[in-house]
Order: sequence, then structure tokens, then C-alpha cells
Amino acid sequence: MFKIIKQLTSVVAMFAVLFAFSTETMAAKKSKTLENTKKRGFVRCGVSQGLPGFSNADESGNWTGIDVDVCRAVAAATLGDATKVKFTPLSAKERFTALTSGEIDILSRNTTWTLSRDADIGLTFVGVNFYDGQGFMVRKGSGIASTSEFKNGTSVCTNLGTTTELNMRDFFDSRGISYEPVVFEKADEVVAAYDAGRCDTYTTDKSGLAAQRTKLSAPDDHVVLPETISKEPLGPVVRQGDSVWEDIVRWSLNTMIEAEEYGVNSSNADMMKTSNNPAIKRLVGAEGELGAAFGLDNEWNLRIIKQVGNYGESYKRNIADTGILPDRGPNELWTKGGILYVPPAR
Amino acid sequence: MNNIIKRYIPQILAILFVVLIFGFLTLNAQTNMDNRGIDFGFGFLSQESSFDVQFSLIEYSGSDSYARAFLVGLLNTLLVSVISIIFCTILGVIIGVARLSSNYLIKNSAAWYVEFFRNIPLLLQIFFWYYAALRALPMPEKADAWFGVTYMTVKGYYIPSMVWENLNIFLYCGLAAIIAIIVLRNYASKLRDTQGKQIPVLLYSVALLIVLPLLSFLFGGVTLEFEIPELKKLSKISYIYEGGISLPPELIALVLALSLYTSTFVAECVRAGIEGVSKGQKEAAASVGLTPNQVLKLVIMPQALRIIIPPTTNQYLNLTKNSSLAAAIAYPDLVLVFAGTALMQTGKAIEIVSITMLTYLTISLTIAAIMNWYNKKIEIKEK
Repeated sequence: MFKIIKQLTSVVAMFAVLFAFSTETMAAKKSKTLENTKKRGFVRCGVSQGLPGFSNADESGNWTGIDVDVCRAVAAATLGDATKVKFTPLSAKERFTALTSGEIDILSRNTTWTLSRDADIGLTFVGVNFYDGQGFMVRKGSGIASTSEFKNGTSVCTNLGTTTELNMRDFFDSRGISYEPVVFEKADEVVAAYDAGRCDTYTTDKSGLAAQRTKLSAPDDHVVLPETISKEPLGPVVRQGDSVWEDIVRWSLNTMIEAEEYGVNSSNADMMKTSNNPAIKRLVGAEGELGAAFGLDNEWNLRIIKQVGNYGESYKRNIADTGILPDRGPNELWTKGGILYVPPAR
Repeated sequence: MNNIIKRYIPQILAILFVVLIFGFLTLNAQTNMDNRGIDFGFGFLSQESSFDVQFSLIEYSGSDSYARAFLVGLLNTLLVSVISIIFCTILGVIIGVARLSSNYLIKNSAAWYVEFFRNIPLLLQIFFWYYAALRALPMPEKADAWFGVTYMTVKGYYIPSMVWENLNIFLYCGLAAIIAIIVLRNYASKLRDTQGKQIPVLLYSVALLIVLPLLSFLFGGVTLEFEIPELKKLSKISYIYEGGISLPPELIALVLALSLYTSTFVAECVRAGIEGVSKGQKEAAASVGLTPNQVLKLVIMPQALRIIIPPTTNQYLNLTKNSSLAAAIAYPDLVLVFAGTALMQTGKAIEIVSITMLTYLTISLTIAAIMNWYNKKIEIKEK
């Protein structure tokens, strides 16, 4: 009986899988994803449905944000043009299926790196571009100043299919507080429900709270509580099975962070070619053959820095200057008291 | 021999073709899942789910298994479907009959109702009830009491809950009443067939149904108390009702949208059924002296039902499947809980989507079977 069910069910889902995968086979050394991307002429990137600072589209459809910049960096490295990216907005529920079925090649959508996601469902996390943690937002007038003041019966609005759902259960359970989870698929629906008074508190990653607060009808009437109840390392994800593509995305992100560390930015990158520091020269493609390892030319990293900028520039442009989180907190370089630390590019 | 080959060869080929396609698809899916390191299996069902659900008919917490989370979602789907089917049937019959009324106002309002609710997409109606209508309700602390003890608020509809003592005795009395009624009905029809005597069965039945359970209160030690919701302060500005039962606004919005939308289709089925009975039947019944009520009950309805049941079954099936739109407004039905949260947390897309599909198929087939049985029962019995 079990076997029959097993066979039946694999049959059912096959159509989707068939059409998604049949053209792709695994390559040992060369990257099939890179080849296809070059042939297509653009990078296919999955982003959020609108989270200011991370991935957000303006009226004319231009995407900005630090998650968006990761994809732009990959496009600059592989195609030579940071604008050659096709963005696909995805809900939290859709994101992994879109990636594993081959609809997108990079998922850069404020996604938390966890063991089960990394190991279990055919995904590989390549790094962290934002260190976050889950928090709560409440109405200022409620007088609640700490999560310890939540009482039995509190209703909590949040997003479907996120680590948030699990963290809040851990949080309320360990404190023995009964609560009512109200779970929506789209972030905008959560905001609308919280705004209308359906919920007493809204919980998600603190950066998300800061960003979504700007969408509320009266942002100043709301406050994010100081406690952080979880670790949420957010970063780009790729499909398992194409290790070269995985390396390209990982080192595109690392290049941005290392560029900031060495003081290389979009305006001085060309001049840095003549720097005395070999590490800097490697970073702008003036020394070594770093690109060859991925099947790229030697100026792949220079293009990232020139077209997208270093991590600090991206953060300032997208998150600090927009007033979402002016203080970089843990997302500062390790040399300046933060925890951003990437392996050396050599 | 030649004939047999001619007859069976095409069929065998067709079956072979289907088997080959499915075999190829299975193989392809397996290869690609292996390549991506995705395991296939149902072991996750017994694992701890570690997420909570807003609203559940059975005991459930995050430490229960995914299988139990599935059951929670399934029961919530069935709950909203059953409530909506009952409402849409009552509403549909009333509107359908009203459309045939000779009163100009009644007839036209019913027609407008049908055209209005039938032609707006269901998802839009769900959004309307949830985001526009229910959100306009007062906060708990400002809500006025309806019927003295219930409160309609933006956080849900709070009603008193019943606290029973010796509930089983009460239920036994109810059961006894039902058995007594069945015996009475059989006796009455026998009496009518053999001696031509009529006894007021309906009156006796109602009396039995009231008196027997009432006796259980007086002599059986059954007590019933109501727990009335009371306002509780959560913080300086937020309140909630405690005690009693809370019906979440998501459930209310969904039931409203589903029953109003589907009732228009049921109404059309009812109208078609009644109009499908030939006019001569009604005139003949009237000419033998039956009252208009008797005409409807004894002549028109039994024939109309034969036309009404099959298309109405379709509407019930549609309603049940449409209830999966619940996911749009955070009502924790099968799709939201199981094909949503559970799928996301386990990543077992193929397994979970298949289970969900099979579940909806089973629900639909069950409803169809029940309705077919009913249809068989009322169809013309040829002797």
C-alpha cells in the first residue's frame, strides 16, 4: 500500500518537474547555469515582493536593495553588465520551489540560513549579506516596553512559511504564554491586518519590521521592542548540484565585502589597479588569475566594484540613507566592531 | 479471432501508451530529485511540527506531529465547507423560490441578488468581507453586546460556550426521542395504509423531541451553564474577550463569501428544477383540491428534486474546493496549514502536494457518493 502511494504521488508531481528539469543535466567542471545565463543574456534572480532596503521596485519597475545588489554583482561578473538581471518577485512560500525547479538561478530574498534548509531540500546557502534577528513591533500606546509583558491571548500577525513561525512558537511556548498566530502569505497582508488592529503585535526579522513600519498608516505610533528572539543570518541561495555557479555567487558577495575592507569603492576602483597592496591589486583584477577558476575573465571583480559598489556603499544607499536602519550594528566590518568577515580572495 | 484482435489491440496500445508516459515521468522526477539531493518519503509525517495553528477543532500544539497538523487543516476545511453548504442551501432554496414568486418586488430583488453575487469573482468577495466589511468592526473594548452576551469585534465573534454536566444522559434522551419518532412514523404509515386513519405525526414528533431531553434536565441530573465571554486587558490599549468561544473573523469572512456566492448557483438549480416540472402537474393537483402548500410539498417538490440534486451536487463540490481560497485571508485550512506552512518547513513539496490533492479528491468523491445515494433514493422507482 505504502509503495503504491509512493508511486502514485511521484507520478502526480512529475509534470512540473519534467518540464523544469529535463533540459538540464549536471556538468562536472563547467557550470551549466553559467552557460545558460550567458546564452540567455541575463541573470534570473528571485527577490521579495517588496521589502524596502532589501528588494523593492519603484514605480518604473527598477529594483533596488542589498539583496538586489547581490544579483547585480553576479550579472556584472558574468555578463559584464549589472543591469542584465531579470527579477522575479516571490512569496516566502514560493521561493524554494522556484529555485529548485529552475525558474530562477539565484534566490536573494532575505532568506534565513538554517541547517534543514541547507541540507534537506536541495539548496545551498552561499553566504550572509545581512545578520538579522527576529523582533516584535507593538503600538506605542499599548505601553508594552518588553516582550516579557505579553499576556495570554495575544494575537500575533506574521508571514507564512518562514522561520518566524517556528521562532515565535519556541518563544511563546518556553514562556508558557498562549497566543493566537494569524498567518498570511503576503507581507502586505500582514501589514494591513496589523494596521487594522487584527493583531496586538507583528513579528518578523527586525530589519523587516523597520522596513514594513514605513508602510503603516501612522509609522510613529509603532515601536519595535528591544529584544531579539532568534539568529537570522540572511543570504543568497543557489540550487544544489552546480558548485561552480555556487562559487561565482559566493565570491561575488565576498568581493563586495572585501572591497569595503580594503577601501576600494566604485569611484576609486580603476585607480586601485596601481596600488602597492597585492591584496587590493588582486581585488581589482590587476594581479593573479582569480577569474579563471570560475571560467570568467580577470576583471570580473573590478566590474562588480565599479558597477554595483562595495558592501558599505550598497548598505548606505539602500538601508542607511533610506532611514530603515541607519546603525549598521552587527553588519559592520569585523575591523570596525561588526561580524562581517569573509575569507580572503586569493 | 480477427475480430478479437481488432477489438483489443487499440485498447492495449492505449493503455501501454499511458503506462509508458507515466513511467517516463516518474523516472524523470526521480532522476532529477536525486541530482538535487532531494529525498522522497513520508517519514516527516511523524516528526514534530513545531509550529502553532491559530484555530483548531482538536487539541493541537507545536509538539504534535505533521500528521496531526494535517488533520487540523483537514477539519478546518471540512468545518468551513459544512457550515457554508448548510447556509448556501437554505439561502439558495429561498432565493430560488423567490425568483418564481408572482410578487414583482420579491421576484426582481431575487434576480438582482443572483446576478450580483454570481458575477463577482469569489476571491474578490472574500477580500471584501475580510478587508472591508469585517475590518470596520469595533475593537473589543468598544463592541456592543449582541443579544446581551455575544460580541462582534475586529478580532472575532465571541459567543458563550456551553458547560455541560452529564452530557451523555442528555444525548441518550435525544437518541431515544429520535428512535421513538421513527417507530411512530412507521406505525402511522401502517395505520394509514390499512385503516385509512391519519395521526398528526409532526406534532407528536416535535413534542417527543422537546419533552424527552427536557425530562433529562429534571430527573437525569443534567445541567447546562453558559460561560459568557468577559473583557480582559492585554495592555494599556488592547483588550480581548476570555471564556466562551471565539469565532475568528477569517472563518466568518470565508463562510459569508462562500455561502453568498454559491447560494446564487443553488438558487438557479432550484428555479430550474421547479420550472422543469410540467405545468399540467400543478393544475391537475390543484383540480383535485390540494392546497397550494400541498401542491408544492406533495406534487411539485418530489419531481423537482430529481432535477435539482445532480447540478446542486456540483455546486457543493465547487464550494468545498473553493474553500482553499482561505489561504488568502489567513484562515488555517488544509492548504494554508499543510500545503503552506508544513510544506515550507519540510520542503517535501511533491509528497505534500500529492497528499493534499488526494485529500481534496477524497472529499469530493465522498460528497458525490452521498448525493448520488440521495438521488437514487428519490428518483422514479420503476416497478
